[in-house]
Amino acid sequence: MSTETLTIGKALNLGLRKAMEDDAKVVLMGEDIGKLGGVFRITDGLQKDFGDDRVVDTPLAEAGILGTAVGLAMRGYRPVCEIQFDGFVFPAYNQIVTQVAKIHARSRGRLPMPIVIRIPFGGGIGAVEHHSESPEAYFAHTAGLKVVAVSTPPDAYWGIQQAIAHPDPIVFLEPKRRYWEKGQVDVDATPDPLFASRVVRGGDDVTVLAYGPMVKTALQAAQAAAEEGRSLEVIDLRTVSPLDLAPVFDSVRRTGRCVVVHEAPVTLGLGSEIAARVTEECFHSLEAPVLRVGGYDTPYPPSKLEEEYLPDLDRVLDAVDRSLGF
Amino acid sequence: MSTLSQTTEVVDPVPGAGAPHLPGQPDLVQLLTPEGERVEHPDYSLDVSDEELRQLYRDLALVRRWDVEATALQRQGELGIWASLLGQEAAQVGAGRALAADDMAFPTYREHGVAWTRGVDPLHVMSLFRGVDQGGWDPVATHFNLYTVVIGAQTLHATGYAMGLQRDGAESATLAFLGDGATSQGEVNEAMIWAATFSAPVAFFCQNNQYAISVPIERQSRVPLYQRAAGFGFPGVRVDGNDVLAVLAVTRAALAAAREGQGPTFIEAFTYRMGAHTTSDDPTRYRLASELEEWKLRDPIARLKAHLSRSGIADAGFFASVDAEGDELAARIRRGTLEMADPAGTEIFDHVYAEQTPELVRQREEFVAYHAGFEGEGH
Repeated sequence: MSTETLTIGKALNLGLRKAMEDDAKVVLMGEDIGKLGGVFRITDGLQKDFGDDRVVDTPLAEAGILGTAVGLAMRGYRPVCEIQFDGFVFPAYNQIVTQVAKIHARSRGRLPMPIVIRIPFGGGIGAVEHHSESPEAYFAHTAGLKVVAVSTPPDAYWGIQQAIAHPDPIVFLEPKRRYWEKGQVDVDATPDPLFASRVVRGGDDVTVLAYGPMVKTALQAAQAAAEEGRSLEVIDLRTVSPLDLAPVFDSVRRTGRCVVVHEAPVTLGLGSEIAARVTEECFHSLEAPVLRVGGYDTPYPPSKLEEEYLPDLDRVLDAVDRSLGF
Repeated sequence: MSTLSQTTEVVDPVPGAGAPHLPGQPDLVQLLTPEGERVEHPDYSLDVSDEELRQLYRDLALVRRWDVEATALQRQGELGIWASLLGQEAAQVGAGRALAADDMAFPTYREHGVAWTRGVDPLHVMSLFRGVDQGGWDPVATHFNLYTVVIGAQTLHATGYAMGLQRDGAESATLAFLGDGATSQGEVNEAMIWAATFSAPVAFFCQNNQYAISVPIERQSRVPLYQRAAGFGFPGVRVDGNDVLAVLAVTRAALAAAREGQGPTFIEAFTYRMGAHTTSDDPTRYRLASELEEWKLRDPIARLKAHLSRSGIADAGFFASVDAEGDELAARIRRGTLEMADPAGTEIFDHVYAEQTPELVRQREEFVAYHAGFEGEGH
């Protein structure tokens, strides 16, 4: 067994390297991903080792990245596109929604689109506008796409490889403020499936759901709650589309209470869909309505205000209190 | 008089060709005049046999006959809509016949003439406009991508595919179709930047049919479209889009250059949409009848017919046989369209993903159970 301590960023880097070694059709495309290694250094050293035909420094145009990725995929390649920051995915939104997502259906399966769209997402890094957003609901709402959000180094390492090997287009969300979080990665392990949620802390009183950067926040809240004698079960959803809610339903049937946490604005965010599904499946077990903790329905604020905008441990505990007090 | 009032008052029978604000325009590349006379061009020549000439005529006549039948079927309520290629037959057949077997074409939604040259069954195009599917042909086997309705999006796909050809060391090229309106799209400009930067083996084939639905070319560009190419760093050429021979020669040269590693070319096929944008459109609201009459004199089929007749390459018997073949084709298209079965309702679920999701499995089961509930009720 070879276990290494890796940051999420390094785990992604090694996962990309492994995927490129395993399949010569894997091509990385993006802005500044070559010589520079990406603004977060996720592709560090890959162009040097795989050449500039496989790690392509593209012109500065996101629609161009995704549109040419479609053509490469039609030719049998497996493009992995880096969008430098979440807020810059929108110039490519047309290609993602009208082409990438629909070509498999349009062609009745004759043109698979094995494209991975890597996006560092979420806030908390003190950045300027358009560098802190959580666009997952747009993509989860689009038929033909799949959306995953990793939260740990092992999921980053395995998840990126699984996403690249997968036949459908995947929006792969990386929790940018957690890039430097460390964890143990066993590179010889058998990974969990990509589209599966996971109970990351057992508990009996309230089920707390999170994905990406909010998993750590939810775990911190569970720790704090435990000190007050409250037992939170924390589930890392891991996949945003398709949602894997069977473990959630099992949990809520035991706890009777559910809180969903994400950075994205609450209105029509993932929490809305999850609340509806939990209500449909667990109606008779619920002791309280499903509560959502998320960003406000405002543009992402200037960084001096982001701590107040983003869900944190206290806002999660506040929702837990409201759920228990219902 | 201000420039603005000039452009609104001057009636230009050939839009674009003599627009007062445009810089001097060179002659179109032309190998066959509107009167049907073969002419030479210093840069482009075409070695074409009599049999090939007759074959080109046959292509032109048959795709027009198909188009006429499709328009009629739409009028009779058998198609949801039809995007007519009337007037653009030479541009499409010339470009399509320039492709080698392994070249890949990326059409808009009007390239029925190119589909024809790729061996796509017209019924596989009709099924799209009837609402049975999104295009029934196999884009891999025919080397003819499915139609793309979002304007210009396919130019990036053609460029990316060409980058794949490069990586594969394949001696093939792609041909990206677009219209004059599409040249205003950001994605089309990105495609040209990508193609230039990576010297991708792609040719951009722009049919400038003078209108983006109702909006004339002057609203898209202040310079002739082919001149845009210079700004991207590759050659641009304007060809008479109603001259099938010139289109064939120019497109062949562009594809050959692409295959040889010389990178992209932008071809502006100067033509005219003689019909409506689609069967839902009414061109009398935005253009003059005199303009259409002017362009009828440049009809792409009439000029080849004149050439074939005058030079003795084809006789009345040949033209009669092509007409008869056209009528047979039209009858087959009509029959096939009317006989098309509606798709099964469950098809909407079946190809969303290569690997189906549990939620869609559930929704499909729900759909089937819901509809089964009506069985025996006469639905």
